[in-house]
Amino acid sequence: MIEVRDLVKRYGDTTAVDHLSFAVEPGRITGFLGPNGAGKSTTMRLILGLDRPSSGSALIDGLPYRDLRDPLRYVGALLEARAVHGGRSAFNHLLYLAQTQGVPKRRVSEVLELVGLSGVAKKRTKGFSLGMGQRLGIAAALLGDPKILILDEPVNGLDPEGVLWVRQLLKALAGEGRTIFVSSHLMNEMAVTADHLIVIGRGKLQADMPVGQFIAQFSDTAVLVRTPEAEALRAAAGERGWTVADTDLDGALIVTGSTAPEIGELAAARGLVLHELTPQRASLEEAYMELTRETGEFAHRPAPAWGGADGRA
Amino acid sequence: MSTVTDKVPVFAGLAPLPEAKGRAGFGGALRSEWTKIRSVKSTLWTLAAAIVIGVGISALGNWGQSSHTTETAVELAHKDLVQRTMFGIILGQLVMVVFGALAVTAEYSTGMIRTSLSAQPRRLNVFFAKLVIVTLVAFVVGEIISFASFFIGAHFWATKGVTLTLSTHGALQAVIGGGLYLVGAALLAFGIGAALRHTAGAITLGVALLFVINIITNFMPTSWQNDIDKWLPYNAGSQVWATQHVADVGTSFSAWSGFGVYMGYAVIALILGLWVFERRDA
Ligand SMILES: Nc1ncnc2c1ncn2[C@@H]1O[C@H](COP(=O)(O)OP(=O)(O)OP(=O)(O)O)[C@@H](O)[C@H]1O
Ligand SMILES: [Mg+2]
Repeated sequence: MIEVRDLVKRYGDTTAVDHLSFAVEPGRITGFLGPNGAGKSTTMRLILGLDRPSSGSALIDGLPYRDLRDPLRYVGALLEARAVHGGRSAFNHLLYLAQTQGVPKRRVSEVLELVGLSGVAKKRTKGFSLGMGQRLGIAAALLGDPKILILDEPVNGLDPEGVLWVRQLLKALAGEGRTIFVSSHLMNEMAVTADHLIVIGRGKLQADMPVGQFIAQFSDTAVLVRTPEAEALRAAAGERGWTVADTDLDGALIVTGSTAPEIGELAAARGLVLHELTPQRASLEEAYMELTRETGEFAHRPAPAWGGADGRA
Repeated sequence: MSTVTDKVPVFAGLAPLPEAKGRAGFGGALRSEWTKIRSVKSTLWTLAAAIVIGVGISALGNWGQSSHTTETAVELAHKDLVQRTMFGIILGQLVMVVFGALAVTAEYSTGMIRTSLSAQPRRLNVFFAKLVIVTLVAFVVGEIISFASFFIGAHFWATKGVTLTLSTHGALQAVIGGGLYLVGAALLAFGIGAALRHTAGAITLGVALLFVINIITNFMPTSWQNDIDKWLPYNAGSQVWATQHVADVGTSFSAWSGFGVYMGYAVIALILGLWVFERRDA
């Protein structure tokens, strides 16, 4: 388990991490989200003892990272920037890591095989593509068979097959009871990978909850309704204070601010015919946008309000 | 889609490792640092360059001097020819500065320091393991340069009737000292590199301290020169590879006290470097 307690990190005038507290539990994938500059990478570096907190603490199973006896066997980390010397081969990069704590040499070949880099193991990493570098970073994270994985944007630069592979790998590792803490900007990938979310903005905690709850809490519930009596329904919904919008789909309406059962009951009470009544599942992306609209460090102008039920997923 | 899903092996042949044994200590750090040094070609090229330049310049210089000298064997015997055979150290030291600085600054410029320190977060282990490996490698390369220079130089001077052997007065100590001097250059640069975390800056400052500063003081008033000269890193350190000292007149140190002053500079740089390495964010 990773525990972050009232963590603060300042760089001069910038407060990158601002009184952050959360716990990352074992056995599930915890997604770490937040806009650019929110402090995700900084938090991860603080957990790894690379940066010194201004105050507060980050603990791994109750210990500061520096006190872990065999850190690689305990925590596998993939950092944001490629932290590799380009003049060294992939094999030797992993070898010097393995040697720090008696990880057997054969393990180096095994993880390279696993991430699909055996063919270039002896090549200098200078010539690696973004995705290859990322695979090497993942290999390094898996080197010590760690209980905890801390991955900063692991699928950045991976091809679709690689993205899928990382997703399956993380799920399998979490299934074995390991702790997985992973940051990403790819909401759709997070939606199908993560079980739990920790969202930060400007270094502060915004949300810490299961993915399902997050979507429910931070998105307007929308229901698609088809009725031959559109005007009557519109009026009835208006009385209740619900919003009704037209869609591009012929005659279909989108009702927000209400739920499917409420709309069904209202229609029944008024004797209105319904042809369709479908709750629209908001995407993680929409919920996330809703939450971070105000807090984003580099907030953009809001996008046009309603882009259709499953919009630009 | 499902075909891809079925094909991708999740744990292709990856067996779980046996339980961790709590072994991430100094021994592991030493093995790791040795792998780092030997696995980067540019480091090996730098060391090769130090040898080629150090020995090459010594050979050229001694060949030139011995073939053009008009002095007799008796006159030459009064000169410090042992030191002269290792003339190439003056340039070899600059390459050793590059080696010592890069051993630590390359970790910062590539970002791999973060990988290194997440594997071994007890930074003193990393720092001292690196220091030991750099010292050993610099010692081997330094001694190769000083011994090879001496023997090649001795060969040239033999043609003038001057016999130089390791049993010549003070020669063995001076030749060993030549290698030690080069170790000092690497360590000075290592300390500066750890303090500055910047390759170009560390090399520039290292070269300035060992080389440029001597040129600058030449332009100072003589009275200042007399006070400062012997304290300059090169002037102090080079006493250890000389067989004649003017210590008696007070204008230079003796071999080992000079070397002590010289290593004092390296130690100051190393302490500063260690402090920054241990305290500052990686
Ligand atoms: N070493 C540093 N020195 C000074 N400022 C820093 C440093 N590292 C991070 N910052 C600042 O801290 C803030 C948080 O940065 P951080 O890299 O942690 O964000 P992030 O959430 O990882 O962003 P992204 O999604 O773009 O990767 C930013 O304002 C950044 O400029
Ligand atoms: Mg980041």
